Amino acid sequence: MRVIAAMSGGVDSAVAAARAVDAGHEVTGIHLALSRNPATYRAGARGCCTIEDANDARRAADIIGIPFYVWDLSERFHSDVVQDFQSEYLAGRTPNPCLRCNEKIKFAAVLDRALALGYDAVATGHYARLVETEDGLVEMHRSLDAAKDQSYVLGVLTQEQLRHSLFPLGDTPKPQVRAEAAARGLLVADKPDSHDICFISDGDTAGWLQEKLGSSTGTFVDEQGEVLGTHQGSFGFTIGQRKGLRIGRPAPDGQPRYVLDIEPVSGTVTVGPREGLTIDGIVGIAPRWCGPAPTATSECTVQLRAHGEEHRAVLHVDGESVTISLLDPAQGIAPGQSAVIYDGSRVVGSCTIESTSRARVAR
Amino acid sequence: MTTPDRPPVYLDHAATTPMLPEAVETMARQLGLTGNANSLHGSGRAARRVVEESRERIAQALGARPGEVVFTSGGTESNNLALKGIYWARRAEDPRRTRILTTAIEHHAVIDPLEWLEQEDGAHVELLGVDEHGRLQVDALRAAVERDPGSVALVSVMWANNEVGTLQPVEEVVTLAHAHGIPVHTDAVQAVGAVPVDFAASGVDALTLTAHKLGGPYGVGALVVRRELNVTPLLHGGGQERNIRSGTVDVPAITAFAAAVELAVKGQPDHAGRVTELRDELVRRVRDVVPDARLNGHPQDRLPGHAHLSFPGCEGDSLLMLLDHRGIECSTGSACSAGVPQPSHVLLAMGRDEAEARSSLRFTLGHTSTPGDVEAVAEAIGPVVERARTATR
Repeated sequence: MRVIAAMSGGVDSAVAAARAVDAGHEVTGIHLALSRNPATYRAGARGCCTIEDANDARRAADIIGIPFYVWDLSERFHSDVVQDFQSEYLAGRTPNPCLRCNEKIKFAAVLDRALALGYDAVATGHYARLVETEDGLVEMHRSLDAAKDQSYVLGVLTQEQLRHSLFPLGDTPKPQVRAEAAARGLLVADKPDSHDICFISDGDTAGWLQEKLGSSTGTFVDEQGEVLGTHQGSFGFTIGQRKGLRIGRPAPDGQPRYVLDIEPVSGTVTVGPREGLTIDGIVGIAPRWCGPAPTATSECTVQLRAHGEEHRAVLHVDGESVTISLLDPAQGIAPGQSAVIYDGSRVVGSCTIESTSRARVAR
Repeated sequence: MTTPDRPPVYLDHAATTPMLPEAVETMARQLGLTGNANSLHGSGRAARRVVEESRERIAQALGARPGEVVFTSGGTESNNLALKGIYWARRAEDPRRTRILTTAIEHHAVIDPLEWLEQEDGAHVELLGVDEHGRLQVDALRAAVERDPGSVALVSVMWANNEVGTLQPVEEVVTLAHAHGIPVHTDAVQAVGAVPVDFAASGVDALTLTAHKLGGPYGVGALVVRRELNVTPLLHGGGQERNIRSGTVDVPAITAFAAAVELAVKGQPDHAGRVTELRDELVRRVRDVVPDARLNGHPQDRLPGHAHLSFPGCEGDSLLMLLDHRGIECSTGSACSAGVPQPSHVLLAMGRDEAEARSSLRFTLGHTSTPGDVEAVAEAIGPVVERARTATR
């Protein structure tokens, strides 16, 4: 096959590209330029969009022996990921930009362009496994290395996208990938893993949002609606947040308070005890199925955040509407997050959390 | 999609052109010899002699006096030295002189030092517009000069544009500026060896050239600058190059530079004729296959080797990649350090929109180009353009 290897400049995508070559594919390395002004994105080795990362990717391609180009996707990234991130926060939701990037950029804009230019697939360094079934479907499963599993951020991929994807690292534990990188002479073998959001250079999401969206004061209220204090903008908070609230006066019972709800229009942030975070019902929208859509009601497990735990659940699908009843309640789940649905290790699909319902627990 | 086994079809001579065998030979010979050109002993004197003979040969080829040739590390340094050095010296003579007039289509090695002077050192830089062919609008320059001639520190206008190849009206610029006693710098890195360049006859006060664009080695160039003009140095140290540019001179590179300049200038008329013919054939063959391809730059007043073409509905970087896979090497414009394709400021200044600016390829022919290269492009361009058109962003 002719394969585009998306190379971030990190160790995983470099080894993935090398393995695609070993598998006999004709591989071309590309690095995605996601900012017109790379210096404004994260500096150093942590991110995925600096000039240094582009150079690391280029050097890896040299060593692997494949051609290498930079593709400018900064406009698409800005409109589909960065602006989406802002508007979601403005609406009081908590988006996951990595899912959005996979959905709109890596396996859409990049894949579309690759196919148009005569390639067959895009290879990335994501930790997930693809399995082709007897009836010709491509299933996506969790990676062998459970600690590194990235199937959650890939839960937005459709069957068509999966058919043109390669995840060469899905069967390998991370330490082995690093060792292999070193053995291959890849200079990024010991480069630290990237975390956080690549377009927020210092990792300070609240500060970044405040700079982009400005401050608009609102109030903290308790569950009874009593005003407890003011804040500089509701988008600086996320449901389940405990630190950095700065309400000024302690709860009467001395227990820590958590953000329970955000009302973006009025700027009202409801806080309360940890028990108030517990939910057992989810209404999801915009489902994306990795294969055939599940019918009616089925048992499944769901994961509600990257590296989050699995919850047993009952899934009910009715067209574009998804209802998830959690058998294991979850805490601190915010609208805008993605629920990724699994059947065992297999990713069934995902939906965006529209609303949650509180568990009926004694309070 | 594999790279073919045959050698690449190299059509990026404006980025760098292969070294002439004579230059390689003289450089290799000199690399085996020891001697700091500033040492007083026999080895030093021998090295110094090579440097001075090289200076004389370059001066002779370019219509300059030997003392006017200042060796540098190449085009970027020569431009920085000219722009900053002349600006500082002229402003020191009269603090009112803070304006620098230049074109909107200069290379980044001119635009960026000027931006730096503006941000850090009180300069007021005016980027003058060009016409649809990428030629400076002299009336705009005249208006800018005459608005307040006493405040102009210098004028810098490239001899020929590196992207589209359009020759600039250097003579008119010199006449206009000199009428007010304003010095003129020109970045001539693309011009020397491609078109006739005579320093004294042109009247310019400072001229940038670099070796690797004309068959010499990387990392060496010169600023040819009139003795009467004061230039404040950028590099301080041992006082080499009449104190304008300190640093031990690179003797092997300089001798190869001189060999290349001599050959390039001597061979210029033949070279231009041969390359123009190939270039015109390339443009004709491309447009046979892709009739809506548009040739950018001035139809006549242009460098012989430049064919800058827009392919409507294509991304230049897709075209470049697809051609590269077929072993055909060209450029989307000027190379960028980050490798991030930006829409060309030159095309934008010529009035093109961003999509058009992004749809362009630059083929530049040079001394090793052959009819076979043209044939290869003519064969490849049809399917490549068709393919690239399906890959919308």
